[in-house]
Amino acid sequence: MSRNGASGANDFALKIATVNGTGSASANGLLMQSIYRMGIPVSGKNVFPSNIQGLPTWYEIRVNHRGHTARTPTFDLMVAMNAATYERDIREVRQNGWLLYDSSWPMDERVQRDDITFLGAPLAKMCVETFEGARERILMKNIAYVGVLAALLEIDLDLIRTLLEETFGERKQHLLDSNFEAVRLGYDYATEHFDHPLPVRLERLDGTADHVLMDGNTAAALGCVFAGATVAAWYPITPSTSLVDAFTTFCRRFRLDPETGKMRGAIIQAEDELAAAGMVLGAAWMGARAFTATSGPGISLMSEFIGLAYYAEIPSVFFDVERVGPSTGMPTRTQQGDITICAYASHGDTKHIVLFPGDPGECFEHAVQAFDLAERFQTPVFVVSDLDIGMNDWLIPELKWDDSYVPDRGKVLGADELEKIDRFYRYVDVDGDGIPYRTLPGVHPKGVYFTRGSGHTKHGRYTEDADDYTEVVDRLARKIDSAGAAVPAPVIETRPESPRALVTVGACDRAVREALEVLEAEGQYFDYMRIRGFPFSREVVEFLAAHEVNFVIEQNRDAQLRSLLLNETPIGKGRLASIRYYGGYPMSAHHVLDGVRAHRESEPEPVAP
Amino acid sequence: MTYIAKPRIVHPGLQKNALGLTQRDYEGSMSTLCAGCGHDSITAALVEAVWELDIPPHRAAKLSGIGCSSKTPAYFLGQSHGFNSVHGRMPAIATGANAANRELVYIGVSGDGDSLSIGLGQLCHAVRRNLNLLYLVENNGVYGLTKGQFSASADVGSTSKRGVPNPQPPIDPVLLGLTLGASFVARSFSGDKEQLVPILKAGITHPGFALVDVISPCVTFNDHEGSTKSYAYTRLHYSELAAADFVPPADEITADYEGGEVRQVRMHDGSIVRFRKVAEDFDPTDRQGAYVYVRERLVAGEVVTGLLYIDPEASDLHSMLDTVEQPLVELPFDELCPGSGELSKLMKLFQ
Repeated sequence: MSRNGASGANDFALKIATVNGTGSASANGLLMQSIYRMGIPVSGKNVFPSNIQGLPTWYEIRVNHRGHTARTPTFDLMVAMNAATYERDIREVRQNGWLLYDSSWPMDERVQRDDITFLGAPLAKMCVETFEGARERILMKNIAYVGVLAALLEIDLDLIRTLLEETFGERKQHLLDSNFEAVRLGYDYATEHFDHPLPVRLERLDGTADHVLMDGNTAAALGCVFAGATVAAWYPITPSTSLVDAFTTFCRRFRLDPETGKMRGAIIQAEDELAAAGMVLGAAWMGARAFTATSGPGISLMSEFIGLAYYAEIPSVFFDVERVGPSTGMPTRTQQGDITICAYASHGDTKHIVLFPGDPGECFEHAVQAFDLAERFQTPVFVVSDLDIGMNDWLIPELKWDDSYVPDRGKVLGADELEKIDRFYRYVDVDGDGIPYRTLPGVHPKGVYFTRGSGHTKHGRYTEDADDYTEVVDRLARKIDSAGAAVPAPVIETRPESPRALVTVGACDRAVREALEVLEAEGQYFDYMRIRGFPFSREVVEFLAAHEVNFVIEQNRDAQLRSLLLNETPIGKGRLASIRYYGGYPMSAHHVLDGVRAHRESEPEPVAP
Repeated sequence: MTYIAKPRIVHPGLQKNALGLTQRDYEGSMSTLCAGCGHDSITAALVEAVWELDIPPHRAAKLSGIGCSSKTPAYFLGQSHGFNSVHGRMPAIATGANAANRELVYIGVSGDGDSLSIGLGQLCHAVRRNLNLLYLVENNGVYGLTKGQFSASADVGSTSKRGVPNPQPPIDPVLLGLTLGASFVARSFSGDKEQLVPILKAGITHPGFALVDVISPCVTFNDHEGSTKSYAYTRLHYSELAAADFVPPADEITADYEGGEVRQVRMHDGSIVRFRKVAEDFDPTDRQGAYVYVRERLVAGEVVTGLLYIDPEASDLHSMLDTVEQPLVELPFDELCPGSGELSKLMKLFQ
């Protein structure tokens, strides 16, 4: 539940403050995995700077036996390994909480508080005495705090050893030995000097069976591999880069021709996002399943090609891992600020299919669906996640694959079909569903057509004629609107006769669900809907219409989801209240609760009849 | 523009290529460019080159950006796939297309505005990737569709139609290509079909990026006295470095040339590019030499033409990416999707 200080076994949050580039990621990963292996639901949020080495960085771990893994801003335990941020880190510990720091150097008494417990361990000093070389001493200092935490939180040392063995294997025995020695240093010091375990501690549970710890970019990349994508074109940008990195790794694992060792796929690092988008279009025009991964600034640059793909009807998949905008914004913080641009990217009348995964598991599923939808509707499809989903490890059910899956290639005429017809026209609505037939270049002489972003008739010819132009763009509008029935359905949970609802999107999911539980404990019942696709389906409209007040909860300043709902559904403003948080951290339950409560307070008193 | 379309009737005596097709089969729709436009001559040369190479029309793809030059793919290869994309971005489309299907013949048409201003970055990177593409710059030094602004290839001092001299130094696509490592660099003139056709054939056959700069005067906005991209100026300052012949692999080479040095460069498929009328000490495989020669003549006010540099061994996009030989679009789904067994094995790594 909401973290107001009432924490205990398997219900607490800890934050680790370190210096970027000192190997703390390994230490934090080790902690996360230990907790996961103990069967306890856990989440880790990396709060990192746009920097390679030297700036402060944090890692937040939340442990919750009930499975609440949204971010919480209240920390029971702080591991303060960076003297440069002591002041701020000390301030963030809750009352009666604990702060572990490196006591190799004295801590300025002026920054200390008397309502928390300071636990000083001379980690750097011990590491200098034990290890050789500056680099190793720095790295091991961070591994040593894992040892201290093992004692304070009751993590089994054998488990940590097992994890280290899995990481280093037999071939890197010396690394295994030094890492474990560092763990022991911290552990032994803590058992000797501190009261342990702390009241906030870990107890083995059975809460992570059939679950994995995975980030959304990895999951999306896997989805691309399983969907049969063969061309990826991209330009490096935080926080989407790891998606293509993962795709590359998986292609090396799954896509090498067993005989030649050559790659069944092309991963092209483009000169910029414009070119990346163009490459996706070129490959998709040829018939490959092609995608790019980018973030908001990339979508801005790609918009020209996105309009071309919409108008020339080229199936293409765009992963947008959102970060804080506008402009360069805060590249290493999260937001949901690209909802509007993805729905309408490019000049002129355009509208696009957008999928909104709510966790890494859905990144995997939506990636596959995106390729199917793109080919079925012959149009760009966006999969919009964010930094929190994309780059942080989430506890999700194991990914599953249905071997009976057949890619939906949409209406593609092959050589045999072309042989049988008189003449092929690219943009004629033969079936009356707004979707024309397409052909793939090189397949058959009769399949030849001219692709253009300039005005064209339904026969694919250049035009400046009003009627010819209008006929094509009206069909495009019908086509895209019909996709509302095909995008992933909203997740809806209702209770009998609840007049109010919480409506959200993407990564807000876990915070909103936690808030629902708190509200329920207070006797307030809300229905729940998480929107997963655009254009909006009938279900979305019906749900909104069935509630007097829908709180639309999202992570951007301008209520972009709410605006889109107002623009694209008949629902009036009065039914759509707005709750927003957009400071760059993942959303917490208290943001939702504060919003709901503020709305309640501002409501006029009921007038007596 | 011309208002009378050529009749569709084909004379039975028209010469046919190995596929039984006449040049008419490689034509496109009627040009809407100005009468006398250099671009239309290039279009005619392209028709001839592709016809002579016996390329099945549906196995060729023509691409362009935006501008007068980029309109021309509608006027040739009417039975081929075409893609008229956005301004300056044709190389990206071509890169993706080639990545997905390496077996088609790709012909890209661009102009000096499309290539040297808005699309300069894309051109440079396509060169660096040695994309297997014939890349034509139909170069007239001026923006035609927007009525006569200087382009980035306009020479210093060359005047606009109103007589205003251009103050900015030009970007020369040939020198640029040589600098960036282009594996095939040529310059020609729309008025010299005899020179242009063999260059186009060699460029199409070249298994990498073939950059062909073609001076192509704009009769409406840049053909006046004072322009350095006019017909008159080009003819006067034209200097052919080497005349190239393209000899397909099947044809036997007969020595019917007299005098002058002849150099031959063998292409990957066994074709031969034969250079005749070669300037003294000219080596078409010497990048540095080609750069120095073109640059020196340029300073002297000459427009050096011909196939200026060729590296038939350079590795292309696919060898850099180490992709399979089979076009990616033809790979069956079961070779692409690892399946449920592999996924559950993989899940162990995330526990």
